[in-house]
Amino acid sequence: MDWQDEAIVLAARHYGEHDAVLTLLTREHGRHLGLLRGGFSRRQRPVIELGNRLQATWRARLPEQLGNYQIEGLQSVAALLLDQPLRLAALASACGTIDAALPEREPHPEIFVDLDILIARLIEEAVPGEDGRPGEDRWLVEYVRWELTLLADLGFGLDLTHCAVTGETEDLTYVSPKSGRAVTRSAGRGYHDRLLPLPAFLAEDHAARPDRAAILDGLRLTGHFLSRHVFAQTGQSSRLGASAISKQSAQAEGPMARRQFLQRLQG
Amino acid sequence: MAVNDIDRLIQILSRLPGLGPRSARRAVLFLIKKRESLLLPLIQAMQDVAGSIRPCSVCGNLDDQDPCAVCKDDRRDGASICVVTDVADLWALERTAAYRGRYHVLGGVLSALDGIGPEQLNLASLYRRVEDGEVKEVILALGATVDGQTTAHYVSDRLQGFNVTVSRLAHGVPVGGELDYLDDGTLIQALRARSRL
Repeated sequence: MDWQDEAIVLAARHYGEHDAVLTLLTREHGRHLGLLRGGFSRRQRPVIELGNRLQATWRARLPEQLGNYQIEGLQSVAALLLDQPLRLAALASACGTIDAALPEREPHPEIFVDLDILIARLIEEAVPGEDGRPGEDRWLVEYVRWELTLLADLGFGLDLTHCAVTGETEDLTYVSPKSGRAVTRSAGRGYHDRLLPLPAFLAEDHAARPDRAAILDGLRLTGHFLSRHVFAQTGQSSRLGASAISKQSAQAEGPMARRQFLQRLQG
Repeated sequence: MAVNDIDRLIQILSRLPGLGPRSARRAVLFLIKKRESLLLPLIQAMQDVAGSIRPCSVCGNLDDQDPCAVCKDDRRDGASICVVTDVADLWALERTAAYRGRYHVLGGVLSALDGIGPEQLNLASLYRRVEDGEVKEVILALGATVDGQTTAHYVSDRLQGFNVTVSRLAHGVPVGGELDYLDDGTLIQALRARSRL
């Protein structure tokens, strides 16, 4: 059997000297592994860099086999970001998160489209905004929103539209680490040390452009729920040790690439 | 030699890069045929290498002396360190004879996928060498891959506090390369790094 699909490279691992076991996120076939003969050869090596867009053909005698890939590069995303450390770290983080979060061969066309859009944002030139600042912060906002959307696509969406206690829609400041629902400042006052901070740019449509601290709050928020609902299920958290899923789970954990992205963001 | 010994030798040789069981078998038969001229000198050479070659405590290069010949060479420019991924890259640069500074071998690159972090790389001794004060420039000669450049950015950030210039190799069209045959990633990098004629 065989199929042809559009794909994004999530990971490439050495198999023997020149071959690669390629993990792709495909539009119609989800996260899918396959053997690429000569994947680490001089000709194909640049094509299988992280985040690159490909046209992939997968063939196997039986559907349950690993199968073989044939690929054709569509866009070299990684090459565009090699000079930009934060965007490069974000690309690696996004690919690592998807690789850790999705089961194999389960179609998720909406997640493919979301990642495709995020990559397009990452490679956009940093255009100064109305206030003259470079556009760097805008893609960071998109990144946090992408992780929220990923959670929603996987069935663990957060409810940030109104307060879980009072039903109010204004002054939403916290998120319950258990229910994933927003809480207002007044309702959460007595529990603020046990609640996760909700950055304004996620609570309000017209909030001011966030600073790095707010972006980090957003990533810690999504990281908490990714650790709790997604990585814990797929075995990522168990690789990190018990502390990662303990009471300090408000700290964003997950794949190493995501942690490195957070470290770079923290400076 | 018993057949089992031959099998064992084939098995070991087949683990070498570029060799599979079939080519290992051919190599072993060839070695046995050329016992005096090839097999015995090979055994001697391998024993010598196993006994004498060790990593240089300064730069991580492989040599039969510590510090290695490159680190000991007074004619080399001590103000410049070229950081490479592994010894093969050092040898590649040495073949060019275009660089007369010193080297530092990291022993790999950061890789989130393989779980390789900064503590697994030979970085502490690099910082010590830079801290000593003689070094004025660090050239990051790492691969134009996501992992290679992630490592370059990491090392560059860590060297910010030192009084050194950090540079990296250019990326672009190889000598003899025709544009039509280049991947678009290389072309993008070449276009970005274009220079005035």
